Amino acid sequence: MDRAQVDSRIRSLIEPFNKKRVEITGETSFAGDLEFDSLTVMDFVAAIEDEFDIIISMNQQAEIENYGQLVDAVCKLQAG
Amino acid sequence: MATMSEGISQPDAPEVLEGDRPDLFSKFDPLIKQREDLLASGVEDPFSLVMEKVISPTRAICNGRDTILLGTYNYMGMTFDPDVIEAGKKALDEFGSGTTGSRVLNGTYQGHKACEDALKEFYAMDHAMVFSTGYQANLGIISTIAGKGDYIVLDIDSHASIWDGCSLGNAEVVPFKHNDIEAMDKRLGRIPGDAGKLVVLEGVYSMLGDIAPLKEMIAVAKNHGAMVLVDEAHSMGFIGPNGRGVAEEQGVIDEVDFIIGTFSKSVGTVGGFCVSNHPKFEIMRLVCRPYVFTASLPPSVVATAATSIRKLMHGSNKRAHLWENSKRLHGGLTEMGFTLGTAEPQSAIVAVIMPDLERGAAMWEALLHEGLYVNLARPPATPAGMTLLRCSLCAEHSSEEVETILGMFMRAGKATGII
Repeated sequence: MDRAQVDSRIRSLIEPFNKKRVEITGETSFAGDLEFDSLTVMDFVAAIEDEFDIIISMNQQAEIENYGQLVDAVCKLQAG
Repeated sequence: MATMSEGISQPDAPEVLEGDRPDLFSKFDPLIKQREDLLASGVEDPFSLVMEKVISPTRAICNGRDTILLGTYNYMGMTFDPDVIEAGKKALDEFGSGTTGSRVLNGTYQGHKACEDALKEFYAMDHAMVFSTGYQANLGIISTIAGKGDYIVLDIDSHASIWDGCSLGNAEVVPFKHNDIEAMDKRLGRIPGDAGKLVVLEGVYSMLGDIAPLKEMIAVAKNHGAMVLVDEAHSMGFIGPNGRGVAEEQGVIDEVDFIIGTFSKSVGTVGGFCVSNHPKFEIMRLVCRPYVFTASLPPSVVATAATSIRKLMHGSNKRAHLWENSKRLHGGLTEMGFTLGTAEPQSAIVAVIMPDLERGAAMWEALLHEGLYVNLARPPATPAGMTLLRCSLCAEHSSEEVETILGMFMRAGKATGII
């Protein structure tokens, strides 16, 4: 799956969590712009993990602050 | 407010100076503000209650008022047991007030060994290691056994000491949805096959008082080749035929690699421990930093703990009465229309869910005025941002006391509009 496909899948996964309909760009931050709390993060990460059959540990999550970084991380985890 | 004229409300309200330059404390401003707003509403401060006198495991003078205690972890009521007290006094006389040293240097007295022997017997396990607190037991064992490249798979509602154990170590941390067997299974399945895996579960989750489906979860963990650690802090002495906890109750204690527990609940003093049958377990005494780099428990504490643990082996009548209390309180509160954390009573904890912090604090205060102490629990300790009034029952609460408690809940619930 290439980056554009990963991006489009994550975009549809994020929809139910994007309560304020914030416009998603590479720089959109999860804590600041999307106001995700820890429970939302868990549910959202679980949805991504199940979709791509990967594991994103909390250690890796700590490095992911914005949407672009998430797409990059998922691409990398998929390749590995 | 009425509370002020009664002279019992002396909240500690820290003053925030205006116009200060931001410093390292600025990050606490939202919490300081929330606390000020709550106290400004006139409510008695739920987080600075003082017990002036403790009369028994179930009664104390709190903020000047004779109060029934329904918010302690004194499940088996051992704190005033005459044998326990006597053992503590004797140790204080014979061994002094403290050890002033680490367990691995000058801090291991015969009392510490005797306490570990009592634990081995209580759990019928080969090894027992006593820590200075239950918090340190989780911190130490989890951070030491799961290292770089290993994976810790844990329930999202795990206790702070488990999370802090994860933070202290270098393992990859993977949480799953509370008590969700399938979510746990999937995550374990995605971990690289050659990586070390530790699954961390709790017998009783203390916020809602619900138990884990350990039988199923441990089977899944073993299927993936993971080691299993179960924190049985809130079940020891009470749940299971011998009071060994939820894993014993569900018939899977032999599958558990490490049980973590505490002396600060049913045992009735302070301290923590890990019991295990792992053949190499004793090496933990040299490599576990929260065990090595702190002073050992005072002789009087380990003497009271050992005495209490041995008495808990024969506590089946007390266990039966505690179940009766839990069932009666749970049933009575349900009938009155309160929303509880579990549909059925599963432990000695009955959690009453409040609509929000303000009304939770009002209900807490109304109960205190009735002469009842419960725990007010709020985020981040609670799951899903809930405010809870946590009731924890004691085997020493009489059936009459439980009826009195129900009457207090009825009046306070109506006065605050919760029911």
